[in-house]
Amino acid sequence: MSTMTDWDFDPGEKVISMKEWKERYEWVEDPQVSPDGENVAAVVNLGNGEFTVCNNGEAWESPCEKIWCLRFSPDGRLTAIVCQEMEWTMSVDGTFWDSRFDFLWNTRFSDDGAHIAAAWQNDLTYGMTLDDVSWETGYSNMSGMCLSPEGGKTAAVVQTIGLNEGEIFKFAEGAYTAALNGKTWPRNFMNVWDIAFSSNSEHIAAEVRLDRTTYTIAVDGETWKQRYDCVWTPKFHPSEHKVVAPVRVAGAWTLAENGVLIWKNRYLQLWQTLYSPCGKHIAAIVSPAYGKWTMAKDDQPWNNRFGEMVSDPVFSPNGDRLAVSVKDNGKWTLAVNDQVWGQWFNRVWGPVFSPDGRYVASRVESDGKFTCAVNGKAWEKTYDFCLDPVFSPDGDRLLVRAFKDGAYYRIVIPTTQIAG
Amino acid sequence: MGDPAVQNDAAVEAKVVDEGIDRGVEALTPERIESVINQVFEKETGARLQAYVETCVHCGLCSEACHFYLSNDKDPKFSPVGKVKQTIWEMVKRKGRVDADFIRNAVEVAHTQCNLCKRCAMYCPFGIDIAYLMLVVRRICHKLGVTPLYIQDTVNSHSVTMNQMWVKEDEWIDTLQWQEEEGRDEIPDLRIPVEKEGADIMYSVIAPEPKFQAGLIYQAAVLMNVAGMNWTMPATPGWDNSDMAMYTGDNEIMARVKRSHFETARRLRVNKIVMGECGHAFRSIYDMGNRQLGWKMPPIPVQHAIDFYDELLREGKIRIARKFEKSVTLHDPCNIVRGRGLHEKSRSVVRAMCDNFIEMHPNREHNYCCAAGGGVINCGPPYKQKRMAGNRVKAEQLAATKAEVLIAPCHNCHSGLEDIIHHYKLDMEVKFILDILYECMEKPE
Repeated sequence: MSTMTDWDFDPGEKVISMKEWKERYEWVEDPQVSPDGENVAAVVNLGNGEFTVCNNGEAWESPCEKIWCLRFSPDGRLTAIVCQEMEWTMSVDGTFWDSRFDFLWNTRFSDDGAHIAAAWQNDLTYGMTLDDVSWETGYSNMSGMCLSPEGGKTAAVVQTIGLNEGEIFKFAEGAYTAALNGKTWPRNFMNVWDIAFSSNSEHIAAEVRLDRTTYTIAVDGETWKQRYDCVWTPKFHPSEHKVVAPVRVAGAWTLAENGVLIWKNRYLQLWQTLYSPCGKHIAAIVSPAYGKWTMAKDDQPWNNRFGEMVSDPVFSPNGDRLAVSVKDNGKWTLAVNDQVWGQWFNRVWGPVFSPDGRYVASRVESDGKFTCAVNGKAWEKTYDFCLDPVFSPDGDRLLVRAFKDGAYYRIVIPTTQIAG
Repeated sequence: MGDPAVQNDAAVEAKVVDEGIDRGVEALTPERIESVINQVFEKETGARLQAYVETCVHCGLCSEACHFYLSNDKDPKFSPVGKVKQTIWEMVKRKGRVDADFIRNAVEVAHTQCNLCKRCAMYCPFGIDIAYLMLVVRRICHKLGVTPLYIQDTVNSHSVTMNQMWVKEDEWIDTLQWQEEEGRDEIPDLRIPVEKEGADIMYSVIAPEPKFQAGLIYQAAVLMNVAGMNWTMPATPGWDNSDMAMYTGDNEIMARVKRSHFETARRLRVNKIVMGECGHAFRSIYDMGNRQLGWKMPPIPVQHAIDFYDELLREGKIRIARKFEKSVTLHDPCNIVRGRGLHEKSRSVVRAMCDNFIEMHPNREHNYCCAAGGGVINCGPPYKQKRMAGNRVKAEQLAATKAEVLIAPCHNCHSGLEDIIHHYKLDMEVKFILDILYECMEKPE
């Protein structure tokens, strides 16, 4: 396991050609890159219906009938969901979990990558597994699977009462609830969506629907007293036992905390609430008027409005800056603290702050060519595809992970080379 | 082929048993009815409803536009204005003081005698959107807890799974893998790229495809591979573009389902969503669902399959190897013709594939609806006979073409027209455009 401080941030370029892979295998699927950029891997077809994983040119030993969901964990381990003799399991760096499933999907990693979870189906019952330890109870359906940030707990929306086709009145009585580590809340709801963990992983909250037209938030199975026309995903305060959620009241959206409306403004839409890391500020994507989108921080909407989309909001580590990707007139760019980058692109991915918050970067695409941009300036070097850029711990270097002409490039440059 | 047999179904007039309506109506009280109707009028409909109600001069010119009216021997109660009179006008006039029997009739009229096809809006001198008025009735009935059982079950599926047919997450992924394997028998390196972030296209379908018609996913995968598209399909909920909540007036679930769809496309960072041959789903992601959420237009561009096929053929990315031999006619789905104007593009595609294309009349934006759309077919078997009786004009229109194949580039139209053909004993086969395109296109040896 490597930590970021161990990563090679010396300026330079490493190249791994994948052309030879294509000669060696029947085909090479979409490559994945490790967080530190040192490894590139892909599912490859060995022929005769057999597949394996090629990681920096080295193939995993055991071929499989099927392999999918190839992903690097945040700590750099390579995972894939694999099928042998009609049974599915997780492979981590080529070593299979002991458990076998009728199907396995939705790989989840803890923030540090130390824990791996996934959803399983066995004999038409559903549950989650965490580091190869499965829930004791399976359910007849499951959705909204999630893993706590530190990786110790899993949660999902589960169906606890069977429903036959057309049983709409039984459905209305409530067949769904949330399960934490496989144990359900004491009561059911008509619907449960979008489970959120508290930062200490001790609590979960979710959107619930009580009847066709009544919504609220439930925390550890207890609903807020207040009822709403609709709600969106709740969020826990980073350090206090408080939950906020967008709620729709009398046809307009605003923000509630533990059931009490805390924002005065009313919006046509409001979602993707986020706290600053210290919990001092709350921001959300809002639509102050029909077809107009922006960010609101502590209920103060930005002056800039965007016609098509606002996405991926993120606070800088110190909470002073708020960045978001925005789309207007068919083009994307970033906006930081209500300042819009001058250059617009065909596509922009989510903003990435340097640890000290000085820089904000993103991968961008124009005319089918990908590169990275920092503080509004795009790098002149372009590639066939890029991944999200990564800052060094001091922010002075930028790791660019990119593909061009059948080769993978790991490039480290001074951040100022792009930002100026 | 023959002329449509005349059907005078006694069943049409028989009282329909629908638990969703019957039990819902049982729970109603006069106070609740009045309260919900007035809440919708005061908080949700605003100037639009008022303008429509005050503008209508009761001229009845909308009547001749409606296939239910024409097919039921011009019975006035099936005219658009007649349906308005039986429902929303009375609610307005009586300020919500209507009884449970009134609601029982209103829900049946709004849900099963109107396809929301908007043909009548073209015939109204003032352009009054009667489909909107019927949707307001459905919204009121939704809030009263009175919705036909089958379509409510579909909405329940949307709310739990984000797809309309209770397709579970593993079943969806398994279907994609299965279709990829099937496809490799024909094209050895065929792929259905799942969760390919940054692809150009997210291909989205409606849930009947993985549930019953997985071959359509196979055909689309062949098309994408032959055309060299950089495409993907999601492994998460959000893959389904359909939306029956739109048709029951459950605007909150409609919004939730559409948000899931667009958020999935955003997460995958695709340039556009290409959707399969479905009409109502297009209406949901291009018009109603996005706008319910506050997006004037889809935040990620949406391209209907017809437009996509036309583009591939024009740009030479797909070539026709041999023409389809049977005679064909073309149905114009309401939601992508009156809703999007794709009628010339569909003809361009059909002509590229078929030498013997016979127009049905009327056509293009003046088409007759299939009588399945607007959620009517989704109200299920209790209403099938009424649906058949309500579209005799479509059967006559089809029979007059004497075509061997009916192309219906929409799932609900496809199913509804199969019912019509069977009911009226027409000798026609129904196909999607993709069925024929797949059959006629150049593919690698």
